Amino acid sequence: MTTTVPTDMFQQSTEELISGSEAIAIACALADVDVITAYPIRPYDTVMQYVSKLKADGAFDCDFIVAESEHSQFEIVKHASAVGARTFCGSSGVGWFYAFEAITVTAGLRMPVVAMVGNRALDDPGAFGVEHNDAMAVRDLGWHLYWVATAQEAMDIALLAWRVAEDRNVLLPFAISCDGSFLTHSQAIVQVPTREQVNRYLPGYNRHELQLHPDNPITVAPQVNEDWLMEIRRQTDEAMRRAVGVIYEAYDEFKEVFGRGDPSPFIEEYMTEDAEIILVGMGTLAMPTRVAVRRMREQGKKVGFVRVKFFRPFAVEEVQNALRGAKGIAVIDRDYSYGSPSFGGVLFHELRSTLYPLPERPLMLNFIAGLGGREVMVRDVNEMVETIEKALETGKIEQETTWINVRE
Amino acid sequence: MSTLAVEVVYRGIFQKTLARNIVRSIVFAARKDGKIGTAFGRYGDSPERNGIPAKQFAIVADDPEELEESLAVYQATNVDVTINVDDTMCKGIESWAWYGLQPINELTKPGGTLIVTSRQQADALLDDIHPKESPYNLSIVTGIPSFSGLWVYKDDHTDVRVLGALCKVCPELVSLDAMLETIEEQMGGGTKVVSAQRSYERTGARPVEPGEGGNRREMKFTMPGWKSMEEGLVIRAIPEGGEFAEGEGGYVPGRSDVFKKFSTRSMRPVVNFETCIKCTLCWLQCPDTCFDVTPDGLYDANMEACCGCGVCEAVCPVPDCVTMVNEAEFNDNDSQWQWWQKDKDGYNKWMTDLVEQQKAETRTHGFHHVGGYAQEIQAAEAD
Repeated sequence: MTTTVPTDMFQQSTEELISGSEAIAIACALADVDVITAYPIRPYDTVMQYVSKLKADGAFDCDFIVAESEHSQFEIVKHASAVGARTFCGSSGVGWFYAFEAITVTAGLRMPVVAMVGNRALDDPGAFGVEHNDAMAVRDLGWHLYWVATAQEAMDIALLAWRVAEDRNVLLPFAISCDGSFLTHSQAIVQVPTREQVNRYLPGYNRHELQLHPDNPITVAPQVNEDWLMEIRRQTDEAMRRAVGVIYEAYDEFKEVFGRGDPSPFIEEYMTEDAEIILVGMGTLAMPTRVAVRRMREQGKKVGFVRVKFFRPFAVEEVQNALRGAKGIAVIDRDYSYGSPSFGGVLFHELRSTLYPLPERPLMLNFIAGLGGREVMVRDVNEMVETIEKALETGKIEQETTWINVRE
Repeated sequence: MSTLAVEVVYRGIFQKTLARNIVRSIVFAARKDGKIGTAFGRYGDSPERNGIPAKQFAIVADDPEELEESLAVYQATNVDVTINVDDTMCKGIESWAWYGLQPINELTKPGGTLIVTSRQQADALLDDIHPKESPYNLSIVTGIPSFSGLWVYKDDHTDVRVLGALCKVCPELVSLDAMLETIEEQMGGGTKVVSAQRSYERTGARPVEPGEGGNRREMKFTMPGWKSMEEGLVIRAIPEGGEFAEGEGGYVPGRSDVFKKFSTRSMRPVVNFETCIKCTLCWLQCPDTCFDVTPDGLYDANMEACCGCGVCEAVCPVPDCVTMVNEAEFNDNDSQWQWWQKDKDGYNKWMTDLVEQQKAETRTHGFHHVGGYAQEIQAAEAD
């Protein structure tokens, strides 16, 4: 394990104008991460640039390994995590996919790797704009999956990520999803906490009896046949169930130590109280959606917005409670699932499944928007609301899924 | 209305094609009798390894619906006939697919038959076999086990002789006529048909009473549930080894209680402790760390851990100091060194006689081409 170099950085809380990527890099320094692996791909690569600069500036010390591919990048942190090193890595789009052999096993082996996914289109030649399908690929694999909306949130959730992932009752990896460009490359005012605050919040990483060490001789990951796999999956399932409670606890304490945060770690509610129509989405599209909601409220429309923050674990009850009573739900997906029910997006299906047990189910429509980095604008949100208003009025759904702002 | 099941217990890789020939021929022959069937290997065995016991099955039914019924349990829990193509597996089998030692007759139905290819007599085989609560029959196809590697097939008629015997002991499974026709069509016919026919005629069955059988060795384990299992795919290391007994010296390496390797063995090393020069090579080269270092600096192969690969024999520089001997000669896994300690003359005589006898043996253990292939290799080289 590396030791922290003496530094006078982070003695005082400061206000910085930084991007989401820089915010996460600073979180790495504050959390005194031991092993960081890197391999360049846009937009994730901004993080590795800032991390290496912070290390060079003496903000913290770590083993900073530039691997020869994403596959090795994720293998290295998986192994480093086994010996008790706090780890960070990340990738984007097809780079993230190239590492999948390591990514899938990381959860089963219960390695609390924290990764930043700079959301990127899955490379229809060269496309690098934001799309959520890349990070979505771990939704069934035992990774925490969180979509941040601001640079401040990126820093805060990174700190929470190690706290939750490394909890002995959890030990599951954590993917912080950041919209390419809108979050990774846009600078905003961020409150940077002190090292003292972070040390108070974030205990050291200790795998206890699972730590690979000469004093604790164990084998990790032997051959697994059908005799064992269901039990292993069930254990991972249980750890993810326990993560829910750990997240609440960690978030409460976060608010206490750092003095900021939302009422809930899982969702953000905006003007939902008496809303008849509620929009639901993830990531940076929250900003134009909130603006649109505000303007519609001014016109007397009862509209609200719910931002899903944790996609995994998914807070079913919180989402149900937030959406209960609304007549129409408009789900905005910055992703797609070809051939899926309604030919819609992933979030839409998740919400329909969440709302199915309600005694009075709302009308639901799905909007595919902002793929490949195309902007989601206020007028797009207006269009969504108008569409659902019409459906509510006539009681007729013309089409469940609508592609927004697509040329015909 | 009937469904019949046959299992073939074979040594992984070395006898894979043999097992496959047997189960496929059963299904082909059953088709000729107007039945339907399926043949498959146990999937859990599929990362097959040299010599590790494995299984293939043939299921034959009167009609497709009945076949489907029986396949609702994919891995048969009982079979009408168990075919064991290496008699050393009569001692029980520890497979890649399960934990513990499974008696060779574990799946044999009450009144079913166990067919073994062997040169031993029934009583000698029964010494090796676990007793069963229900009666069954033991049938022997006389011959040495047919061993070859992955890339070669030892076409010594073992397959057709087993098939002939099968028609005799379980006529309701498949008729001899159908089987002979299948052999003619699928396996080249000629002398093979004659071999099958003769095997049919010669095969008898010895009834085995409940409780009969000399093997009392149990090796069963309870698999932990997800609540008690270690998390993160972690397996605790086996505690380090130590001295033979406190203060005695020597070194016994730590070994797993739940995973042994001895049922993989078809030949075992026998050591001449008098001529051993303590060169350490067997101990060093053994891939399974199965040599205990004795307090007097000799090397004693632990028979719970030895898989019978023969590396020790191959690296030993002293003639006849380590000799691989037919596993069928033994009824236990006891220490040779301890016997030699207690009764040097007795051990030395037994050991030298056995080594001499082995020189006339044609048995091979599959790991490398000795014994059974000596003539073939010579002939090939002469060409």
